[in-house]
Amino acid sequence: MPEENILETRRLVKEFKGFVAVSDVSLTVRRGHIHALIGPNGAGKTTVFNLLTKFLQPTSGQILFKGRDITAERPAQIARRGIVRSFQISATFPHLTVLENVRVALQRGLGTSFHFWKSERTLDALNDRAMQLLATVHLEEHADTVTVELPYGRKRVLEIATTLAMDPELMLLDEPTQGMGHEDVERVTQLIKKVAANRTVLMVEHNMNVVASIADTITVLQRGQVIAEGPYSVVSKDPQVLEAYMGSAETELQGAHG
Amino acid sequence: MAAVLHPGTAAASAGETRSLRWAFAGMVALVALAPLAVYPVFAMKVMCFALFACAFNLLIGFGGLLSFGHAMFFGGGAYLAAHSAKVWGFTPELAVLFATACTALLALATGLLAIRRQGIYFAMITLALAQMVYFFSLQAPFTGGEDGIQAVPRGKLFGVVDLANNYAMYAFVAVVFLGGFLLIWRIVHSPFGQVLKAIRENEPRAVSLGYDTDRYKLVAFVLSGTISGLAGGTKALVFQLASLTDVHWSMSGEVVLMTLVGGLGTLFGPVVGAAVIVTMQNYLAQLGAWVTVVQGAIFVVCVMAFRRGIVGELGALFRAKKPV
Repeated sequence: MPEENILETRRLVKEFKGFVAVSDVSLTVRRGHIHALIGPNGAGKTTVFNLLTKFLQPTSGQILFKGRDITAERPAQIARRGIVRSFQISATFPHLTVLENVRVALQRGLGTSFHFWKSERTLDALNDRAMQLLATVHLEEHADTVTVELPYGRKRVLEIATTLAMDPELMLLDEPTQGMGHEDVERVTQLIKKVAANRTVLMVEHNMNVVASIADTITVLQRGQVIAEGPYSVVSKDPQVLEAYMGSAETELQGAHG
Repeated sequence: MAAVLHPGTAAASAGETRSLRWAFAGMVALVALAPLAVYPVFAMKVMCFALFACAFNLLIGFGGLLSFGHAMFFGGGAYLAAHSAKVWGFTPELAVLFATACTALLALATGLLAIRRQGIYFAMITLALAQMVYFFSLQAPFTGGEDGIQAVPRGKLFGVVDLANNYAMYAFVAVVFLGGFLLIWRIVHSPFGQVLKAIRENEPRAVSLGYDTDRYKLVAFVLSGTISGLAGGTKALVFQLASLTDVHWSMSGEVVLMTLVGGLGTLFGPVVGAAVIVTMQNYLAQLGAWVTVVQGAIFVVCVMAFRRGIVGELGALFRAKKPV
């Protein structure tokens, strides 16, 4: 039987010069779940992401991926293990074409990434796979567009396609629907649901409608600490959560949008 | 800095590749015909600096790394070629190869230190390392101190062709320049070049895709330094001289200027930039110190008005005219 918990953190702490951004966070992500990390601004959600992918070094605590301690590894190693993240700000390669964006993620598999003497036409072998991935997010028509010219919502789905190209076991999405219009939010939500069919997703998300509709488990952070965990039906009734988060003006605002 | 951070796009569509090929054919023709119109030594100087600027551009234009110490490779290459040709009696091709190989090692050693930092800190570390090479060149017993290494014999190519003949020397320099240019072209459009551009565009994203970006940056740094050494070694044979000017920090500044004027992140920009700057230095030489003032003014105008440089602006104009 495959291990139930794909990712586990044990008493994860991150301090910045006396300020505790993440305090004693013990998180368990189950294989195959969509796990949402929510909380008011400044709760430490993105910091947790940065710790998990080792873009930041934890002050103390442990990170286990498939039961193996990965706390000491480098960010690129983490990615190669199968934990691939997206970023809060749209993370594309703006002056490469849409196709090239996805292909860069596929390229490492060829093992020729240091070959400076070979023609880039050797990468054309990956074009079919790249087009398939673009088709998943309905970007195939824009394959030859220079990415900087894409509208914002399309950049975000390109980012998802690029992340998918890594075929990650665990996908970390940092606010995938942030700044999107109503239609785009719906499209991305469905997309996440689709790609999560055979992998695990951990996402930071502000939009409660998105969280309510697709997340299996929700962890609520406040001031760097976990204050509640469970399915939406439970978390949304938790008095501490209601006070800290659900009642905030921000939620109402997003509820109105959604 | 803004100009530095937004290099031209290098997405190679079929049409662009075709126009690049035509441009290259034009450049080959120009190189072949230039000795009929200008002094061969002048044309050789342009080619040496053009290769140097192309090598520099490989690092900044395609890797996004601003080195402010590339004089150490150019000057280092010049000293190594001059010394090995004059004192050890190396044939010219061996002297240049020796200089190139040694600068590759120098680039590896300095690169390992420099790529650990980013942005302005990277620039400052490369500058500091280049200053060390400068003072070494000033003090070391075999570099001739203030005089440099003079009267370097051009020697006989493969022991046969006498390069004292300016036209023979010209052919040699042309082959080195065009070969170096083609190598850079290939690097830019290789699997490695693709990753390098991705790192330039968004380093954290490249890391999150599993690339150890420091290693790619190091390879780019070594390639750039090595080709700069090749340019410097060739230059020492052309002028039969290696001097402190070649390793001085102002040489590092000059190559930035050439690249910016011509067009950062374009293949041909540095060639055009080098031609413009070298021509100015040659024909405005009677102005003396004012050349520097003129250069400074051009730099300011370039950064303020033509951020993409000559080739970059022309390319943008060309693209805008074509119906999309």
